[in-house]
Amino acid sequence: MIPTATERVGARAIDDIRNDFPAFAASGDARPTAYLDSAATAQRPTAVLDAERDYLEHDLAAVHRGASAATGRSTTRFEEARADLARFVGAADDREIVWAQNATDALNMVALGIADASAGIGGADASRFALQPGDEIVLTEAEHHANLLPWQRVAQRTGARLVPVKVDEQGCWSVDDLVAVLTPRTRVVAFAEISNVTGLIVPVADVVAAVRARAPQALVVLDACQSVPHRPVDFAGYDVDFAAFSGHKMLGPNGIGVLYGRAELLDALPPARTGGSTITRVTFETAEFLPAPQRFEAGTQPVSQAIGLAAAVRYLEGMGMDAVAAHEDAFAERVVEGVAGIPGVRIVGPQAGHARAGLVSVAVDGVHAHDVGQFLDDAGLVVRVGHHCAQPLHRALGLTATTRASAHVYTTAEEADRFVAALGEVRTFFGLGTGAA
Amino acid sequence: MANLDGLYQEIILDHAKARHGDGPLEGADAEHHEYNPTCGDEITLRVKLDGAHERIDAVAWQGDGCSISMASASVLTDLVAGRPVDEALGLAEEFRTMLRSKGEGEPDEDVLGDAIAFHGVSKYVMRIKCAMLSWVALEAAVAKAR
Repeated sequence: MIPTATERVGARAIDDIRNDFPAFAASGDARPTAYLDSAATAQRPTAVLDAERDYLEHDLAAVHRGASAATGRSTTRFEEARADLARFVGAADDREIVWAQNATDALNMVALGIADASAGIGGADASRFALQPGDEIVLTEAEHHANLLPWQRVAQRTGARLVPVKVDEQGCWSVDDLVAVLTPRTRVVAFAEISNVTGLIVPVADVVAAVRARAPQALVVLDACQSVPHRPVDFAGYDVDFAAFSGHKMLGPNGIGVLYGRAELLDALPPARTGGSTITRVTFETAEFLPAPQRFEAGTQPVSQAIGLAAAVRYLEGMGMDAVAAHEDAFAERVVEGVAGIPGVRIVGPQAGHARAGLVSVAVDGVHAHDVGQFLDDAGLVVRVGHHCAQPLHRALGLTATTRASAHVYTTAEEADRFVAALGEVRTFFGLGTGAA
Repeated sequence: MANLDGLYQEIILDHAKARHGDGPLEGADAEHHEYNPTCGDEITLRVKLDGAHERIDAVAWQGDGCSISMASASVLTDLVAGRPVDEALGLAEEFRTMLRSKGEGEPDEDVLGDAIAFHGVSKYVMRIKCAMLSWVALEAAVAKAR
């Protein structure tokens, strides 16, 4: 095994980083549980917990309403958090960052806005989003249900058609595969920058350039859930129209996520939820909405969560996202190479020698993923088993469920090795030979 | 792995590999499909009752899932085929009670037979549905057949 003594993320030693996380505080266990489910929910550093608490103890007050100094301080911190997020993802303007509950909520905001626009809501400004029967929404088969079900709803409401980008036997797809299904009727193209199952990294700028060339009328919607927490991103540079990600996967709080959108689009998209703080003028029958982001932020907002998320962003920036990505790439490489030597265990997604994100899903021949997960749990490894909210992808691969290990800044090479070692024992435990089934 | 051995008793691993009742059933009176959306386990269980609807003449199932759910269906087949319907339903209820016991108590082997091997599952809250899948399908199929 490769020595792990000098493991670092950028300039910082891994042990030092782990000390930032109360969840990894010394438990006295000789072999503490290895948390390998950060792609579902990441642990939080003290800096995030403290930022929320500091706001709640000192500056808690309503935002964007009233005239008190306390409201002013609260609003300032809320908007500073927005600016931190805008810088982190490469937005051209702070107001291109809309707070959402999570990425699922953010993607629904786009889809429902398009459905509303198709029903004539939002007037002439919103007509650019309106879909007609026969229009096409292009999605890959690998999408998380969060980037599939909202589009099913849009299709049901508008008569638009869902068009799949097929995946290959590894669950991967290419720019060419996507270009092949673009037509003059393509109005939406939605895909994940990184698959939460396969770890495939999509060259977003290349995809967008291809869409602009072949289907300039189409909106490009990016699910950035598995990319923003783990690698440098540049939404403006990618030239995507909308993007979505969740706070709790990037060392931040639950209940906060982001919808990114190009300002001119956000200003025209009908808000999916309406209510207080979103409007300019209201009569008994009508309402006029503010520009983005306020037009989307109806009702009392998750302020302490936004401030906590901004603290997570600054924490990650302190390490450098290039360093975070390199650390997680090393995890993936170690797991993929290790698994390659285990008979009867297959990697789903890019194979050894190919670029992939720091999450690795495997299928164990002859053993159901839930049995694999139970075995790994007993071995002190927290992993995710199931369809990972991607049933069409699993069906395309002929699998019911897979077992996924995923990393973040605090994940060690030793944990990767333990995952591989335990996988090597699974088939024997369930009475299958060490040879492939 | 002492804990894990308590869950995966030898009898469960054996039934998961050599599954009793796995297949179609000619002339079934009713069938029921049961699905666990959290893990994708599924089973279609078929029953054939006697003319008076008082005895289960035959039971068979087709499914896909983890070793716990498949072994449970296999043990079910051994236990309920040829049994009075009321007894089989009582057994299903007894099985459910054992799975909800959180590992407490001493289940009655005279009543449960080989199904007692699933007592260890009751300590694993995420797996109780796996063990119950075929039994829930049995209850529903019998209700339809009657």
